Amino acid sequence: MTALLSHWRRAKLQFFALVSGLALATALWSGVQAINAEARASYDAAAASVGEAQFDQLVPRAGDTVGQDVFLALRLSGWQVSPVLEGRIGTPAGAVRILGLEPLTAPGALAPVGMTDGSGLQDFLTPGVFFASAEVANRLAGAVEQRVVIDTDIAPGLAITDIGIAQRALDQPDRISRLIVARDQPMGLPPIDTIAPDLVRQTARDAGAGRLTDSFHLNLTAFGLLSFAVGIFIVHGAIGLAFEQRRSLVRTLRALGVPLRTLVGLMIAELVVLALVAGGIGIGLGYLVAALLLPNVAATLQGLYGASVPGALQLRAEWVLSGLAIALAGSGIAAFAALWKIARMPLLAAARPRAWSVATGQAAWRLAALSAVLLVTAGGIAIWGQGLILGFALLACLLIGAALFLPLLLHGAARTGSALSRSALWQWFWADTRQQVPGLSLALMALLLATAANVGVSTMVSSFRLTFVEFLDQRLAPELYVETEADRSAELEAFLQSRARETLPLLSIETDIAGVPSELYGVRVGPTYREDWRLLDGGAQAWDRVADGSAAVVSEQFARRAGLWLGDPVPIAPGQSPVIAGIVADYGNPLGQIVLSEPLFETLFPGEVPTRFGIRTSTPETLRQALIDEFGLPPGAITDQTRIKAFSLDVFERTFAVTGALNVLTLAVAAFAILMSLLTLAALRVPQLAPAWALGVTRTALGQLELLRAVALALVTVLLAIPLGLVLAWVLLSFVNVEAFGWKLPLFFFPAQYALLAGFALGAAALAALWPARRLARMPPSELLKVFANDR
Amino acid sequence: MVLDVRDLQKSFPGAEGDVPVLRGIDLSMREGETLALTGESGSGKSTLLHLIGGLDTPDAGRIRLAGQDITGMNDAARAALRRSVVSVIFQQFNLIPSLTVGANIAFQARLAGRLDPAHADRLANVLGLSAHLDKYPEALSGGQQQRVAIARTLAARPQLVLADEPTGNLDEATAANVLDQMLALVTETGAALLVVTHSETLASRMERRAHLSRGRLA
Amino acid sequence: MIARICALLLWLPCTVAAQGFAGLGTDAEGFAVPQPDPQFTFPEDHGAHPAYRIEWWYLTANLQSADGTEYGVQWTLFRSALAPETREGWQDPQVWFAHAAVTTPERHLVAERIARGGIGQAGVTAQPFRAWIDDWHMAGPDLDELTLTASGDGFRYRLDLVAQGPLVFHGQEGYSVKSALGQASYYYSQPFFEVQGTLLLPEGEVEVAGSAWLDREWSSQPLAETQSGWDWFSLSFESGDKLMGFLLRDEAGTSYGSASWITAAGQLTAYPDGAFEAEPLRLHRVAGRDVPVAWSVRLPDRGVDLTVEALNPDAWMAVGIPYWEGPVQVRGSHQGRGYLEMTGYESRD
Repeated sequence: MTALLSHWRRAKLQFFALVSGLALATALWSGVQAINAEARASYDAAAASVGEAQFDQLVPRAGDTVGQDVFLALRLSGWQVSPVLEGRIGTPAGAVRILGLEPLTAPGALAPVGMTDGSGLQDFLTPGVFFASAEVANRLAGAVEQRVVIDTDIAPGLAITDIGIAQRALDQPDRISRLIVARDQPMGLPPIDTIAPDLVRQTARDAGAGRLTDSFHLNLTAFGLLSFAVGIFIVHGAIGLAFEQRRSLVRTLRALGVPLRTLVGLMIAELVVLALVAGGIGIGLGYLVAALLLPNVAATLQGLYGASVPGALQLRAEWVLSGLAIALAGSGIAAFAALWKIARMPLLAAARPRAWSVATGQAAWRLAALSAVLLVTAGGIAIWGQGLILGFALLACLLIGAALFLPLLLHGAARTGSALSRSALWQWFWADTRQQVPGLSLALMALLLATAANVGVSTMVSSFRLTFVEFLDQRLAPELYVETEADRSAELEAFLQSRARETLPLLSIETDIAGVPSELYGVRVGPTYREDWRLLDGGAQAWDRVADGSAAVVSEQFARRAGLWLGDPVPIAPGQSPVIAGIVADYGNPLGQIVLSEPLFETLFPGEVPTRFGIRTSTPETLRQALIDEFGLPPGAITDQTRIKAFSLDVFERTFAVTGALNVLTLAVAAFAILMSLLTLAALRVPQLAPAWALGVTRTALGQLELLRAVALALVTVLLAIPLGLVLAWVLLSFVNVEAFGWKLPLFFFPAQYALLAGFALGAAALAALWPARRLARMPPSELLKVFANDR
Repeated sequence: MVLDVRDLQKSFPGAEGDVPVLRGIDLSMREGETLALTGESGSGKSTLLHLIGGLDTPDAGRIRLAGQDITGMNDAARAALRRSVVSVIFQQFNLIPSLTVGANIAFQARLAGRLDPAHADRLANVLGLSAHLDKYPEALSGGQQQRVAIARTLAARPQLVLADEPTGNLDEATAANVLDQMLALVTETGAALLVVTHSETLASRMERRAHLSRGRLA
Repeated sequence: MIARICALLLWLPCTVAAQGFAGLGTDAEGFAVPQPDPQFTFPEDHGAHPAYRIEWWYLTANLQSADGTEYGVQWTLFRSALAPETREGWQDPQVWFAHAAVTTPERHLVAERIARGGIGQAGVTAQPFRAWIDDWHMAGPDLDELTLTASGDGFRYRLDLVAQGPLVFHGQEGYSVKSALGQASYYYSQPFFEVQGTLLLPEGEVEVAGSAWLDREWSSQPLAETQSGWDWFSLSFESGDKLMGFLLRDEAGTSYGSASWITAAGQLTAYPDGAFEAEPLRLHRVAGRDVPVAWSVRLPDRGVDLTVEALNPDAWMAVGIPYWEGPVQVRGSHQGRGYLEMTGYESRD
């Protein structure tokens, strides 16, 4: 035992590489897991508080509300349902979304936050309480007669209260928006249709943002796994080397009569302890990473999906345990091959013709064959595959396949270099480079993955951004948006008649169309729609046909989810199925969108009065003033377009900050992997370099060549990483995106960015190689001479 | 004079201050001369060899190789010297593992810019290496490896060949064989040969003999 | 039937969470308090009394199928007032909740419902009599002839009840004292129901027949602060006589008892503290608690000396504030069946 442990005392660097590699890997993994767990827990709570995601719901077939008697009828027939009323109330400081719940019938997990212990129930029922975040509480104070309790767990912009209070606050007596269906229902109930024919049942998974947020988390998890893979490459290298170097010790111990079983057992025990220690450190680091990134994640989720995540982190058992488990599993995987070799090692080892096999690239060819299998699989998935999980499987096949191909590529590059070089020194350089490939390929694979991920994600984000800005310009064309009460709607329109270039009433209701939760819009077709809305697909006459009521324009998400495309009829109401005349992008909206003409919408929903308007004007400031002074709108009811656009862009910028940060971290870990590989290899390098030195190559030249070698290998790696990254981006944009979000994004190229990234990756590799190279250049001759010493 | 050493001193750091290893060595060799350097373990034989070979630097004294004073030379100049003037054969690990036998033989001569392929081929032939030129050093026996080292050294045509226990790792028969070939070839190329050895047999084959004891030559 | 207080606490504000069953000893501010020498008016008093804090309609039935298998059925509607009044719609401070259970020798199926009064989801009307919550109801032209339904996860039942005897009034003509300090409730029963009906269980439909016991009780402050739980028995003997008895356990280990001896003809004799004795014979571990599921029960004055044993010792009511309630077999000086309710057995974990 002492003999085994003494190895680490002598090889402090290896020990450091092993522990830090494992710790870094665990840190990235557990950091991402921590963010994931935190975010998931938070919006599970958020989703629960609005009854979405986890329960089936009954929503009105048409319109926003139904009578409360439907609720009563369902209850009296035995159905375990709970009513919800949703709406907005205006306050001088801006509108607040009100969510009215019925705590006595709401399924267990739905109890409003802050009263799960039952202590606040009396107040909640009567006289009533509003729960809201501090900001909303401020807005509500004075606008409602009930007490407002600050609860940080409640989503921004939302206030939760009892359904009775909500009915009064929203002036919707005896009306409800929807019903939550409890998961457990009694035996032998009559069918819902016979009791409530006006309601449609939405299954839990279709409601709300669950699917979208899942995809975001899958994204994060994929990054976590990638980072962990990079870390495992480090650990693998360190463990492999450590065992390699202890082979002679093991042989001696076995010759002394220590059973192999005991030795392997001891080494496994040692690894488990190391893995747990390193895992523990990693979890600590992961906590830090998560704590730093979480505010960004919160912004991302909120921006993309409107799910609220508090920006504070709690230590959760699930990710601590998963971190430790993955550290153990990771070092187990990394150590398995090494232990297997030791276990099968004969007492007297025969020399293996290593240089020859490396020179012929046997191992590289074997890996390349495996890589070919993976790449073919990836191709198969790309062509025939469907579904989010397969999308990520495609990514995995692609990435691992490319990584396994790397050694052969490096080998080939070195061979070509060797063939092209004329001088002995350069021939030796390339021959030696070839010999170095197996030792460095794990670290280089890590670099490949990190760089490719970086290229891929930056391409995706930049493509997204480009598309998004253009989209915002289209969609937020009106210079001003105003909001008013229903009873002043007509008056406002008349007021705007002479003052605005174009007034666009924004009529919409949420409903289910062709099985897709959607928003149905009634629009006044005019220059704005004709000129500013870019159709992804559809003819020039699309808006004319919408205007005459025979057609609709739908969002890409709706078209894809409903399986409809140009020319297909959309069943919006019995006997009303306008055909699709155009398809527009609607990035970031979980709901489908169907745009009809205003007259058609009004025939379908005669009760709906527009309360929001978009206004086209060349003098927004003057008009804004007029609306406030002459029409008497509160300033908070008028939004100008630049502000919305700035806000949307800001949300977007923060949205991918997390991915960016993770990318930089991954690249840093890859550089660390290279450094550690070079440092651990350095000791083995001296006997390989000493003869060349003795034959007249200066130490300075040796050092420079070592640095150059690392950069050359990194260069080949990065050259592979760029196309790989682009393929990655393509998969993300055209495959994963469609599966996760329901829309496809155009792919743009950003050569300058890739050059920068390549430079950064090469810089990272050079930086990692610099220290070992300098050590070599300054190595005293006596160290080199020791190689030849008789008593080595 | 191919080698002229005057009052050479070298010490190494030890547990209780510097330990002098060489305490003023004077030694010279003519072109084509062969010399055996003997002495007990730790007497400084190898250190002297390393200093003469330009692999290490002395604390004091002077070494002239083929008329050039190497004591004041920088790293690069001494490396150039190792490429073309002096060449060392060690007891083991002489070869560059990533190069084939053929490439190893040609390596030093090419570095020195004076490779004569015909000469190299003949050396390989004489030393019985022709069949192994495409192999890597790891595939050769110890005797074969030493022969490759000899071939490499002679292919570079140095004026002075230094050998540090060149047959120390070989069995008696192989050692005799390798030694025979080395002596024959060195004589043929006209290089001077300095061999550090324990072996009486080897020493007896040299023209001259020097014994190193307590840091001085006797 | 003191016992029934328990479930009230389910959604009761404030004290419940902190004090569990002992929380009933709070002041009854604004609520009416039961007074001695009550004058009941029927059918009005079968309906709700919103001026009192708590009230229940509590029915237990011992049933048998044709093959002789024993079943127990429970149906309970509780009213818990947040304020001593009624209001329209959602603002009504009257909260209703109900427990239903079917017990077989192997199974114990439980369901719970909660609702607010004011919107028609739950309530009780006296004439014609109708007590309901969601699709559960106990209804009929009057209290002597009732239909009872309930459903839950894994069960549904429908029973027809016909009264074979008069109402009986516990304590002093229906004024039932619950502690030495004088806490009391109004308490009367209809223990003479004959039952026929159908149980729908996971294994299929079962026709059953037997007897049932309905308790009516309302109050505003039935327990003293130091009382921690109770053991309550309602037993029907083959002779036609019936015994209701309970012990309110004190934190100090003492108890306060009360009992009613009801003859087959409906004559009720009330017994004060000390007359009724009950001692645990065997404990059973259920839901992390050790609950006595076999008892020695005595009323020496009537020569009663019984062993009372649970039909299914796992009759645990896993509801908001959980308790044990299930059918029992009676042996000893008298043979018969009945129901046992036990509250305040805390988990020791």
